Amino acid sequence: MELKFSLKSILAGGALACTLLSSQPALAGKSDNTLNVAFAAEPEALDTYKIAGRQGLILSRHIYDGLLYKKLDTGEIVPALAESWRFIDDMTMEFVLRKGVKFHNGADFSADDVTTTLNTVIKPDYGTKYQISVDWIANVEKVDDYTVRIHMAKPFAGAVEMLADALPIYPHQYFTEKGSAGISVQPIGTGPYKLVEQIPGVRYVLQRFDQHYAGSPKGRPAIEHIIARTIPEMNTQYAELMSGNLDWIWRIPPDQASKLKRRVNIVNAPIMRIAYINFARAANEGSYPISDVRIRKAIIHAVNREQIAKVFGGDASEVLHSACNPAQFGCEQDVAQYDYDPAKAKTLLTEAGFADGFDLDMTFAAMPRPVAEAIAADLAKVNVRVNLNENQYASAVQKWRAGSVPALFSNWGSYGIGDVVFILSNFFGGGADDQIHDAEVAALLKVADTSNDRQEREEKYSQALTKIAEQAYWMPMYNFNINYGLSKDLNFTPHPDEYARWWLSDWK
Amino acid sequence: MFRFFLKRLFVALLVALAVSSISFSLAYLSGDPAIAIAGAGGSDKDAELIRQLYGFDRPILVQYVDWVGLALQGNLGTSYYFNMPVSQIIGERIPVTLILGTVSFVVAMLVGLPLGILAALKPNGLLDRMVLLIAVSGQAVPSFWLGLILIVVFGVWLNVVPISGAESWTGFILPVVVLSYYAIPALMRLMRASMIEVLQTNYVRTARSKGLGMPTVILRHALRNAILPLVSVAAVQLGILLSGSIVIESVFALNGLGRLAWESLLRSDLPVVQGIILILSLIYVLLTTLADLINAWLDPRIREA
Repeated sequence: MELKFSLKSILAGGALACTLLSSQPALAGKSDNTLNVAFAAEPEALDTYKIAGRQGLILSRHIYDGLLYKKLDTGEIVPALAESWRFIDDMTMEFVLRKGVKFHNGADFSADDVTTTLNTVIKPDYGTKYQISVDWIANVEKVDDYTVRIHMAKPFAGAVEMLADALPIYPHQYFTEKGSAGISVQPIGTGPYKLVEQIPGVRYVLQRFDQHYAGSPKGRPAIEHIIARTIPEMNTQYAELMSGNLDWIWRIPPDQASKLKRRVNIVNAPIMRIAYINFARAANEGSYPISDVRIRKAIIHAVNREQIAKVFGGDASEVLHSACNPAQFGCEQDVAQYDYDPAKAKTLLTEAGFADGFDLDMTFAAMPRPVAEAIAADLAKVNVRVNLNENQYASAVQKWRAGSVPALFSNWGSYGIGDVVFILSNFFGGGADDQIHDAEVAALLKVADTSNDRQEREEKYSQALTKIAEQAYWMPMYNFNINYGLSKDLNFTPHPDEYARWWLSDWK
Repeated sequence: MFRFFLKRLFVALLVALAVSSISFSLAYLSGDPAIAIAGAGGSDKDAELIRQLYGFDRPILVQYVDWVGLALQGNLGTSYYFNMPVSQIIGERIPVTLILGTVSFVVAMLVGLPLGILAALKPNGLLDRMVLLIAVSGQAVPSFWLGLILIVVFGVWLNVVPISGAESWTGFILPVVVLSYYAIPALMRLMRASMIEVLQTNYVRTARSKGLGMPTVILRHALRNAILPLVSVAAVQLGILLSGSIVIESVFALNGLGRLAWESLLRSDLPVVQGIILILSLIYVLLTTLADLINAWLDPRIREA
């Protein structure tokens, strides 16, 4: 009797507690015009020049503007903070700046902001993360209050792409006083949103900037607030999305996306990032078995890339034959192809004197283990015994640059930019990541990377890619695509550069 | 008592120093920090620049001594990742972990100790078996699974608590349940074992034979002795709870100290890693010292030794 009573009271108490708790207000999306988004990884400090991770870069593009802007649907570069621009000569660009642009702190935008920002971030001691993004600038000169000239340090085919929203302009007075640390604590830009609250790495609140300049290629956003949170566990993100507390999540693995399809809106879109296996032909004085072109070809023939791409990449993933993303400028597709053909692989191995196969050390980083294991399983069928080593990206790259691993399986995002200048030279141009050491390819790339002539660039890249495929220096795997999970109320257009543009979003 | 305290404090400081130097060198084993900071897509040139800017090109010992020097002045440095003072970053994350840890600890004690005592009263009785069941399942059920199940039931289906985040106190309900459920078994089983042992001693038999009721015997006489081994274990448990559960913080998106430590290690944000380790080792040392002091107070024999 006593037990019954206590059970009853516990139940009653529990029910009461539940009622009290459920009176909490629901986090709404459409109803209060607030977009709730989540990332699995923590955004970095919002000084764009020091950000490597995509989540921080996405937030920062909402806060800052660049001189130019790229319309991804047409590929056209349009003016942004600059009203117009032209090349005065091969090494000098002139920009006429827009008048009447305001920063979030009320300051007026003018030439000083451009010169101060760019002249500061090009200094090595500023610590701009990707030197490739700024090392082509020698200095920036103020002609008058609304005209600046960029003097280039070297010819660089990616210059215009870089100026299109990748190099934001900070307010000069604030930036001079507070520096990078100040920008990180309180980011101030001219962008369509201003940051009103942040717990670094945890939570960010953006508010529409009503004085965002007229004529901005980003336009006036429909959504008033954006709240970005870090939710590391994907399952928790799904629960929040299904409950309506989140409106936007991304990078949902293919198998889980198909399960979520019934409950939420799933959008799949291809991106620039590609998966590859790199063979260290020249490393270790060329003594690895993979230094032999027949072995490299055998390995590619032995792996059923078609199936791996479908299963792990998702429906929109295609097997690649060229060492770049087909969506990039200069990515020649008419190159040697190696189909799945284990018998041919065995013949090639026998010809190369490895009829009984060999042991292959393969390091992989930033790729799911199951994909690496699928590759290893295919190779085992032709007696290539793969020794899989999963590494953090940093230590994998460290080993690769030291030449101590014959094969590296990883991925490359080309900074989300549709031009092979952002992929080929890194791997084949003679730098630290180049363990191929093909002087002919490196020379072709050098010409193509620095030329202003589009046709010449296309030709040279084509020749380089033809040789890379012919020699099987790389095993390109597949292009990535990502799944976005969206609230049924949200209109969102994904772009291949992995930048979410929420200023274009609105509610259905 | 004072000398005892000083002795413990000195040992404690040595432990903290040892931990920080070991962790400093271990952080380098996880790969070149310059490459990690340069990030995916960073070139060799980028890494080289970072090596110079952040001083990774100096001998590790020099870097360590520099760090200790600044830390002694209360300066934990600047986070490479967040570009802000480490003390500020840790200060923003530590409240979540402290609340979660202490509340879970209190809940675990309030549930675990009485259950342990009740189980000890009739070893192998029905209640004892039920308590054992709780203990075994508490240890066997992975906390991420329990967390997700609770999220589905109470967050998604019933919609009575927030699924994730620490914006309101209700966000702590599920994580506290999961974390304390994980901490209960150890406390409960130790309490039970210790109590059974004490209940068989002569002085308990004497107390009972002089006609005292069971509650008085247990609370006045048995508990004070039975709780001795528990104090040290509880201190360690509290230390574990306060150092933050990576799994629970991930599942419930609490983003406390545990996750910060883990993430910082992966991205080679060494100042943050060092700062957290320093603070955590100090907390540990403080707790075990406190446990020793409580034990010394409870049991005069320890003071003499």
